Amino acid sequence: MSLLRIENLSLSIGKLPILKDVDLTIEPGEVMALVGESGSGKSMTALTVMQLLPRGLTARGKVSFNGIDILGATEDQMNALRGDDIGMVFQEPMTALNPVKTIGEQVAEGIRWHTRCGRAEAEDRARRILDRVGLPESKFPLSRFPHELSGGQRQRVVIAIACALKPKLLIADEPTTALDVVLQKQILELLKGLVDEDRMGLLLISHDLGVVADMADRITILRHGEVMESGETARTLSEQLHPYTRQLAQASMHVPARPNTHAASSQAANLLEVEQVVRDYPGRRTSLFKREPPFRAVDGVSFSMKPGQSIALVGRSGCGKSTLARMILALDTPTSGEIRFMGENMVGKDETALRPFRRNMQVVFQDPYGSFNPRHKVERLVSEPLHLLDDKPTPARRREAVAAALNEVGLQPADMDKYPHEFSGGQRQRLSIARAIITRPKLVVADEPVSALDVSIRAQVLDLLADLNQRLGVAYLFITHDLTVARAITDEVMVMHDGKMVEEGRTGDVLDNPQSDAAKALVDAAPDLHRAIRRRLQEQG
Amino acid sequence: MSLAQPPADNIVAKAFANRSFVIGFAITLAITLMALLSYIWTPYDVTVLPVADRLKTPSAAHWFGTDHFGRDVLSMIMVGARNSIAVAIVAVGIGIALGVPLGCWAAARGGWIDEILMRFNDLVFAFPALLTAIMLTAIFGPDAIIAIIAIGIFNIPVFARVARAGALSLWPREFVLAARASGKGQGLITIEHILPNIASILLVQATIQFALAVLAEASLSYLGLGAQPPMPSWGRMLFEAQTRMMVAPYLAIFPGMAIVLTVLGLNLLGDGLSDVLDPKLRRER
Repeated sequence: MSLLRIENLSLSIGKLPILKDVDLTIEPGEVMALVGESGSGKSMTALTVMQLLPRGLTARGKVSFNGIDILGATEDQMNALRGDDIGMVFQEPMTALNPVKTIGEQVAEGIRWHTRCGRAEAEDRARRILDRVGLPESKFPLSRFPHELSGGQRQRVVIAIACALKPKLLIADEPTTALDVVLQKQILELLKGLVDEDRMGLLLISHDLGVVADMADRITILRHGEVMESGETARTLSEQLHPYTRQLAQASMHVPARPNTHAASSQAANLLEVEQVVRDYPGRRTSLFKREPPFRAVDGVSFSMKPGQSIALVGRSGCGKSTLARMILALDTPTSGEIRFMGENMVGKDETALRPFRRNMQVVFQDPYGSFNPRHKVERLVSEPLHLLDDKPTPARRREAVAAALNEVGLQPADMDKYPHEFSGGQRQRLSIARAIITRPKLVVADEPVSALDVSIRAQVLDLLADLNQRLGVAYLFITHDLTVARAITDEVMVMHDGKMVEEGRTGDVLDNPQSDAAKALVDAAPDLHRAIRRRLQEQG
Repeated sequence: MSLAQPPADNIVAKAFANRSFVIGFAITLAITLMALLSYIWTPYDVTVLPVADRLKTPSAAHWFGTDHFGRDVLSMIMVGARNSIAVAIVAVGIGIALGVPLGCWAAARGGWIDEILMRFNDLVFAFPALLTAIMLTAIFGPDAIIAIIAIGIFNIPVFARVARAGALSLWPREFVLAARASGKGQGLITIEHILPNIASILLVQATIQFALAVLAEASLSYLGLGAQPPMPSWGRMLFEAQTRMMVAPYLAIFPGMAIVLTVLGLNLLGDGLSDVLDPKLRRER
């Protein structure tokens, strides 16, 4: 008998269908991956199994867990199952924990509730499971609060809570999306270990085929609430029988065409020179007159960039790459060091003196939702950098410029009278790019420009960026933790670790043959679809 | 309340579907209309003192009765509304006009400017409107203007804090960073990006402060620090009614009701507005 059997599950809000006849089974000790793009119904499927659906949704079909009919179960029956036989791990470790309770209390809470055991025994068991997820007593006593832990450690606590009672089924909804690749690998290994040891079934929800290929025994691909294909992972992903599977796989490995690369050895003068840049943040105030020593976010970084070159700045989260980017954009001031753009030092210049620099460098942010003022229309948002021009364009000229920029990024001129919330995530990222190129800058700094996007959209946006680089000769500084993106679109890569630049070189060389420990760890941890499929097929012979 | 929401399309329709908003709006509108009406018509003239009609109980001729000078209480309440509303509008206006720029400036500049502005704010906040009014009266003598200034000063730090808190949470947002990368200065960013996104919390705060100002005006004129006779005011009506509580309780009841209703109406309006302007908050409640 299957551990979890979902048959003909349909979900709808009023007349709007969310899921259509979804079938899925999980055996004990098996990892089943549920893959799809945003809005495909992955999370809704998981919430149905937990009976945690938002109000207003009606479910039809059959969901049986270990012989229990979930859709027909009462709230009391579900309460007994949740956290005991079925555990759940959420995406965002920052919000999945209660900030005012210690980690010990939060892990012990579920144990006490389900087993009705005493406090001492519950804490003892909590201690053991925290040890098991890699948070040993000596360094992480039960009395720690969530804010005292890093993101990866918090996700371990969340997993400890979910696995405290050795559930038969664990549902992990994008458990590593908020973490950097090195932490991602650690968490995935932890989950894998738990599955192998306890013969737990794991429903792994992910949008990342690389992760899935590494982890899952079987895979179900969901699109618009319908199952497109399901089967054994390596075979499904290597044969790619279903066109949508092929589309997803190709999109996630997509490399845009870039015939002319701008090599660093070219004769042109440097566009950007960063020299010995240091950024200290003042330490926490410990008393009225005392402070902790300052925190050095960026520690003596130097590099240079040629016009038209595309460089990736990679590193784990917290390595200082975003701080460096903000200093290059003159949004933050270095504690010491020089940043020369087009041959002139920008450090210490006031806003008026910075205008000619700003005209030539723009920025694209990660979050296509947060990078627009929700109360302005597209025309006003995209034309914002025109403010930097010395002779302000007339309203008619301004509309022309916006229309041209929208055309450039594949949107319609008519879109300029809409509000940003009327666009999808990918379209918004196009708007963001339109805003960045409207003044024809020489440098665009892109801070994780595609990490928040679905794979197929990501491929399109990468194409667009590559195309603009080719046509307009814009130089890119890509800040990313995703090595596939770095590989796809950059000529050179720089690796940062703990505020220092530890390695730089041609993208292919660094990623294929990393020298420094930090670069090795990144390359080693990065999920790679090809490699994973090859390994799995070898294992199966 | 979460900031930086997209503009709602049918905000008016939504507002009128909200019960607190509708009730609050109706009460506020009724009192405002009553005050406006008093400029052209009141049942009786409040400046003549027909002492013969003194202390009449409520009747068809005098709905709310008459006071110890024979003045019609209903007419006095109508004229008194003028006073309450005018004082509240100007006082809240002073608070917004000075407090919001101050708060936005503090948020934009940060560092020691922020520190100085906010500590000065704390200092002003430490003096209740009543104390400021007594101080000003001691210097300039009692007048309605004194009440307005005192309540206005009291409102400045309130709006400064709300504006600063809202602005601070917006400054690190990416759309503000993008505006900075476009070379816009702090002033321009505040006008274009910060103010429109904190307008809704300021509006809600304004209705609450308006209710508080009505109450503060009533207490100041109760103590004789507000509008001076012959201009009727709700607070002084209460004061004058106090000694006749046993003989003519209606003299206290009706002005008291007027104050309560106004404050209630404004609070409901503010409540409704915050629900309408921030649907997320409402769902969570």
